[in-house]
Amino acid sequence: MDFQLIGRILPYIAEASLLTTSLTICSLVIGLIVATIVAIGRFSRVTPIRWLATAYVSIMRGTPLLVQLFIVFFGGPQLGLELTPFVAGVLTMGFNIGAYMSEGIKGAIIAVEKGQSEASRSLGFGRFDTMRLFILPQAAALMIRSLGVNTVILSKSTALVSTIGVVELTYSAQRFVTSTYKPFEVFAVAGAAYIAIVAVISLIVRGVEHFFDAGRRAKA
Amino acid sequence: MTQQAPMIELRQIRKSYGSHEVLKGIDLSVARGKIVSIIGPSGSGKSTLLRSINMLEETSSGEIWLDGQQVNRPLKGRAFENHINHIRQEMGMVFQQFNLFPHLTVLQNIMIGPMRLKGLTKAAALDRANALLAKVGLADKGHAYPARLSGGQKQRVAIARALAMQPKVMLFDEATSALDPELVEEVNQVMKQLAAEHMTMLIVTHEMRFAAEVSDHALFMDGGVVVEQGDPRQVLSNPIEERTRAFLRKHLSN
Repeated sequence: MDFQLIGRILPYIAEASLLTTSLTICSLVIGLIVATIVAIGRFSRVTPIRWLATAYVSIMRGTPLLVQLFIVFFGGPQLGLELTPFVAGVLTMGFNIGAYMSEGIKGAIIAVEKGQSEASRSLGFGRFDTMRLFILPQAAALMIRSLGVNTVILSKSTALVSTIGVVELTYSAQRFVTSTYKPFEVFAVAGAAYIAIVAVISLIVRGVEHFFDAGRRAKA
Repeated sequence: MTQQAPMIELRQIRKSYGSHEVLKGIDLSVARGKIVSIIGPSGSGKSTLLRSINMLEETSSGEIWLDGQQVNRPLKGRAFENHINHIRQEMGMVFQQFNLFPHLTVLQNIMIGPMRLKGLTKAAALDRANALLAKVGLADKGHAYPARLSGGQKQRVAIARALAMQPKVMLFDEATSALDPELVEEVNQVMKQLAAEHMTMLIVTHEMRFAAEVSDHALFMDGGVVVEQGDPRQVLSNPIEERTRAFLRKHLSN
């Protein structure tokens, strides 16, 4: 075990971790927006919209993220869609994780009682207001855990964008391997960096959960 | 027109789930300021009938009228949405399970409808909510969340929330059925007060004594039809139909 090497590459790995983190955050933001739209689409009164939302989830979950990345980054230019590796990665991962997250949101919406929707509709609120004012705020507390799990998965999936040339954590580690021929040490450090990122995400999720729990305790 | 028109009028209401018909052509007319109680065994269709008046349940055929306006107008899409959202504001509904919004305080529960749907300012909505809370005897609970209230208190808030929209009629769907016996009376008191103020009310209930006391007219439903109707004291204490008698015997012995 070459501890000196570990000490030497640590600052570089830490820097690459920042890029991995920003990939995660940007994809998460896109994912949450996509997930909300898709989840609401699955409750639409308009059959084609429901069908479209369901098909979207099936397609995104039915194909490997790596294939999706290749389609967007390598296939995109064929359709006139030239994206930088970072943008291609963030868009693909966002739209991919959004499909998974929409399932968690859908489940939370279903879990909020039917009675809530009836109370809102009986007052005269429309479907959109009912969702926005009464269903989603309550569903939010129920969906945090599943969104958290998906965020953890997302942070590790960012390793895949190394294949389209984004020098994030995994790609950066690979570069050190080619220059040092010490794959064990280098990838162990990279692995530890992922653990650190996941730990931070878990802490944040727990914090948000605590926030909602505290709110519920105040109301109980 | 609104002078002569009944407040609520149902004409030949039918509803089926698949091949099972739960409402088999119900006619009902409730005059302004009158109180009508609907009793009957579970599965008789009484709740379904009440819920079809504001179209929480869709009917298969028949006409529903509120104060001279047709509720189930044959409109499509957004036009129907707009119509039904508007007409629902004129019908207050109280549910068995209260259905308060748990993420909002008592005051917010009452104010959100008038503010968002009727365009009241926050100050005006607050005044109205406080007056209604005082009326239902919960003036000190405005800032509590529903989870802190007893069942009886929740139901009184739910009544205040419905009244805040200043509806033309109030629909009560087994409003006291989920309550502990000792909490029923406080809700009944509020309903009696509304009756004294000549609110038009349609009450689906299991409480024969309350129905007899408060209503002007009573219906006994069974198997999706109105078996018997008339003066509540007569229907509820000395019914003509054997089905009504059997129901009352069973119900009163429990």
